[in-house]
Amino acid sequence: MSETFAPATLAEARPASVVTEGLWVRGLLIAVAILFLALFLVLPLVTVFAQALAKGFGAYLAAFTEADAHAAIRLTLLTAAIAVPFNLVFGIMASWAIAKFEFWGKNLLVTLIDLPFSVSPVVSGLIYVLVFGAQGLLGPWLLAHDLQVIFAVPGIVLATIFVTFPFVARQLIPLMQEQGTAEEEAALTLGASGWHAFRTVTLPNIRWGLLYSVLLCNARAMGEFGAVSVVSGHIRGLTNTLPLHVEILYNEYNFVAAFAVASLLAGLALVTLLVKSLLEWRYADEIKAGARGH
Amino acid sequence: MPGATEGRASERTGGSTAIRVENLSKTFDTAAVLHDFSLDVRAGELLALLGPSGSGKTTLLRIIAGLDFPDDGRIVFGAEDATRLPVQQRAVGFVFQHYALFKHMSVAENIAYGLNARKRSERPAKAEIKRRVGDLLDLIKLSGFADRYPSQLSGGQRQRIALARALAVEPRVLLLDEPFGALDAQVRKDLRRWLREIHDRTGQTTIFVTHDQDEALELSDRVAVLDKGRLEQVGTPDEVQEAPVSATVLKFLGDTIEVEAIAQGGEVRVDGRLTPVRAPGGLVGPVKLYARPWQLQFAEGDGAHLQGLVRSSYRTQGRQRIEVDRPEGKTVVVEAADTHRFAAGSPVGLRITGGHVFPN
Repeated sequence: MSETFAPATLAEARPASVVTEGLWVRGLLIAVAILFLALFLVLPLVTVFAQALAKGFGAYLAAFTEADAHAAIRLTLLTAAIAVPFNLVFGIMASWAIAKFEFWGKNLLVTLIDLPFSVSPVVSGLIYVLVFGAQGLLGPWLLAHDLQVIFAVPGIVLATIFVTFPFVARQLIPLMQEQGTAEEEAALTLGASGWHAFRTVTLPNIRWGLLYSVLLCNARAMGEFGAVSVVSGHIRGLTNTLPLHVEILYNEYNFVAAFAVASLLAGLALVTLLVKSLLEWRYADEIKAGARGH
Repeated sequence: MPGATEGRASERTGGSTAIRVENLSKTFDTAAVLHDFSLDVRAGELLALLGPSGSGKTTLLRIIAGLDFPDDGRIVFGAEDATRLPVQQRAVGFVFQHYALFKHMSVAENIAYGLNARKRSERPAKAEIKRRVGDLLDLIKLSGFADRYPSQLSGGQRQRIALARALAVEPRVLLLDEPFGALDAQVRKDLRRWLREIHDRTGQTTIFVTHDQDEALELSDRVAVLDKGRLEQVGTPDEVQEAPVSATVLKFLGDTIEVEAIAQGGEVRVDGRLTPVRAPGGLVGPVKLYARPWQLQFAEGDGAHLQGLVRSSYRTQGRQRIEVDRPEGKTVVVEAADTHRFAAGSPVGLRITGGHVFPN
């Protein structure tokens, strides 16, 4: 052991050698990683597009011309259009409260915000059935007022909101905590109203983190299957979102149409990934703020 | 800032009270930070709030600004009770310890922020805002930096921008929280002198918080010494140095040597030998004598009040500081002219030439 620390040995050793493995180890690790990615990520993605186009471009396009597909696309867009802004507003409010104030039960709130990530989506869906369903807690009341939540659009929206709840808040809480309140206080002492300070100081400071989280939130809102599947009731043309529509087509052995619709979701995922990478590359500081000690 | 100061000239003269802090109390969770705290701030003065960390000085500054609210007591601006006035309506300029510049705005946008935040009816015209930003940039000697961003500036430059931003709204009072705390020694010194100049030129009533005695004594017209949420003493730098009201103030204002002494009939004796220090009337019996390092001289025989062994010495700026171990185990620091070198271990006698006594 003593030789290892002899000055001569240290001086000759190149600094890189301490952390770098032998050539063949590196090669092996890289090969395994690439093989794994190819097998589990790239191959399925290629398969989606290959299957979708298996019977030509005409058959591919035909999958989107039927009324049920239109309805599914509309419903998915509608759900995302409600769930994402809702979670955007809620996420900003919650992270503002958590990052900038001290109050009793703060840790509990932080834990609760994370809950949707730790609960299986199917369970999330079931919760809504148990609360709003015909046999559920609020069922009789809803029935009496002729309101339908389960097996209808409101249920789908609620389930989606629940599942995508944490995205914005989790991104913004560390970011806002790191930024503290000094800039807002400075704005207030300069005469700005609370709203003016929020618009001109807080929002610009979190804009890229916000955009990043909205992107992820949107991808999840459009792609959510489990929770939505439980509350939807799978009524064609009425309560089918894109992921549910894919499942129905697949179960009917309509592979071309199923994969064609799936390719839409895969495309969405790819675009999301691309924009996400761009944001991460361009605004790394702001997005990763929570992880930084600063 | 020519336009900004003319209106205030009348307020400045006569040293009338600009801000009155009355019987302020503040408790965070269960810890009291301010106890029944009162202080008058004179118009046009540069007042230092000096105290160790945890003395409540920053809390006091934030309460004056309206960023915190007291549990009890009042803040009066001129004749107006401002205790419940929201921060936006107090017209204070606050400079934060870490500047709190708006990162995504240029220097010019930062300085203009307070003017742009005003209601449309009270907002100056674009050209007027631009002119004022230009004037302020001249004042802080950063003309030509208008289009830079805070990340492109040094700490000292950021501090100056933060000051200009606060001055832009023509505040009734300028509040600075540890304004030089985050800067290195040389920049601190330059900025101190510069802040004093700016104050002399604008006559802006200014309160600044610091834990650095030199900063407070060099910069301010008056120093308020805080300890544990109470005002120990307020006075000019000369007053607090020459006539400290308590051992706390004395100790906080610089290095001190503590010696057991006996007071009787106004005279103070150490080890039975008379010192030139006078005890206030009524102070009789065992007392503590506090002297500065330069109030001790080396002396021999009966001239010495204290005995000790030289532990070490070092030179600093033409003087030398000698650490002397006293028989009872305490080490005292003596400051002397850099003429004679003392070998470690040699016995020396020390003569007290001045100091203050306080009850034990």
